[in-house]
Parts: sequence; structure tokens; C-alpha cells
Amino acid sequence: MMNDLLAQFNKAFESKARLSIMSVLMVNDSLSFNALKELLGLTDGNLATHLRALEELNYVSVQKQFVGRKPNTTYSATPAGQQAFTDHLNALEAFIKNL
Amino acid sequence: MRESHEHLQTLTEIRSLMERSSKFLSLSGLSGVSAGLVAMAGALAVYMRLRTNWFTVLSYDRQKSYDDATNQTVVEFVVKVALYVLVLALLSGTYFTVRKARRQGLRVWNKSSQRLLWALVVPLATGGVFCLALLYYNLIWLAFPATLIFYGLALLNGSKYTFRDVESLAYCEIGLGLLSICFPGYNLLTWAIGFGVLHIGYGMAMYYKYERNVTHDERPAGSV
Repeated sequence: MMNDLLAQFNKAFESKARLSIMSVLMVNDSLSFNALKELLGLTDGNLATHLRALEELNYVSVQKQFVGRKPNTTYSATPAGQQAFTDHLNALEAFIKNL
Repeated sequence: MRESHEHLQTLTEIRSLMERSSKFLSLSGLSGVSAGLVAMAGALAVYMRLRTNWFTVLSYDRQKSYDDATNQTVVEFVVKVALYVLVLALLSGTYFTVRKARRQGLRVWNKSSQRLLWALVVPLATGGVFCLALLYYNLIWLAFPATLIFYGLALLNGSKYTFRDVESLAYCEIGLGLLSICFPGYNLLTWAIGFGVLHIGYGMAMYYKYERNVTHDERPAGSV
């Protein structure tokens, strides 16, 4: 029983940073790199690595555009990412309830 | 057992992050207090100038008894004071909120503050235009409750994007505005209560609830 529940935990969200990124993207349509950095208190490199991992899983989509001459990259959660995040939270909840 | 504690903590952190990223939580209680003090000063200025008792400033009956010239000076004076109050209250309110955001190490101009501002601006601008129309039709006694009602509606709308506590302030302002329509003689008093007393009370409550014991580095659990 316990192991069944644990199996539903999403490996992608084992890192707290990735879980945090997903949780703020769940309540915001899209956020810029800097906004994410400020909210989560991560370093540039760290945040970029985690974002790339989530992007490769197709949980996060990236929009690149220019504001004037400055490049502005924004990130948003994809439907697949939202589903994965919800499933993961449900599994967490079920796990805690079962103790 | 230790693992479950860890998971619980993760859930708490997620919740805090979701709230922090979608709400503007740098609004300072001191902003409310300063805006309230400015409003009280404004109400006092009107009271001193019109030299009437607190309860009958610019009621419908009283306004009828003025001749045209007096009426215009009085209306101009009241509107001027109201504008000064608005500008000073906004300036002082912004100052304390910017200060709080700096102490939290957050930027003031971000997505959540923009959302909050927009939620406030739409009902407030509507109310502003509506009150100008009331002034144009020489219905200044109705403009007093109208400012309270529209301000309350703006707060109610904005409360979704900041501290939930703003909602109760909103209901108080709306209720007071409606009450003040029933008692048009008490205009200045209800106005002073709505923009002065309520702001000061709310601001102090918020300050003691959220800010008093907070150290300078306020990043709560949830920072990674």
C-alpha cells in the first residue's frame, strides 16, 4: 500500500526547486526569468538548469520575445505540467493521510 | 514519521509560494494609518472653514440655503481639500509600502502589484467620473457617500490580490457609504470615519498582525 503511493510520486518533483517552480507557475499565467528568480531566491545558473529540465519533460513552455531591444523570456506551465503537478500533490496528500 | 513531517512541510511551503507569487503582500499597515491621518486632517480643515457643527456640513437642506456664489466657493473648497487629501494619502501610502517591499527584498513593481493596482483603478476611476458628474449637477451631498461606496467596491475587488483582511475594510466602507445616504446630514462625519478612523484602525491592526515582529530579512519558509 505504502509503496503504491510512493510509486505515484513524480521523480521530476523530487527536487524542491522544481516543485517550487511548478507551484508558482500554477497560479500565474506566465512569469519572467527574473520574477522567478526573485520569488524563489535561486541563482541564475541553478534556476536555468531546473527550468531546462522541466522544459525537456514538456512541463514548462518557454516564450521568447523582445521588449524593445531587450530579450524577454517568459515561462508558463503546460497542460501536461499542470496535470503532473496536480497528480503529485494528490499523491503527497494521500501519502500523508495514510500514515 | 519523519518523512511525513517533511512532506507536510513541503505542502506548507508550496502553499506559501503560491500565495506569495499571486498576491501583493508588501502593502503596509502604516500606509493605512498615514492615509487615515491625512483624511482626518482634511476633514478637520473642511470643518474649520465652514464653521458649522460636525453633523450638518453640506447636507441637502443646508446647501439649498446658500446663494449661488457661496455655494460655488464652498464646493470648490471641499473639492480642493478632497484632492489634496487624495494626493497626500497616495504619496504617504506608497512611501510605507515601498519601504516594506525594500525590507522584504522584493520589488514593488511586479506582476502582483500591477494586478492589484488594476483591480483598484477600474472601480475607483468609475467612481471618480461619477462623482464629477454629481458635482456638475450640484449634488455634492451625494458625492460624499458615493466616494465611500466606490472606494469600498474597489477594495473588495482588490482584496483578491492582497491580504484577505482588506475585504472586511471594504465591507465597512460600503456599509458606511450606504448608511450615509440615509443620513445625508452627517456627511462629513461619515466621511471622516470612513477614510480616517477606519483606515487608522485597519492599518494598526494590520501592522500588529503582520509587521511588528518581523525582522528585516523576511523571506518566509518556502525560499529554496
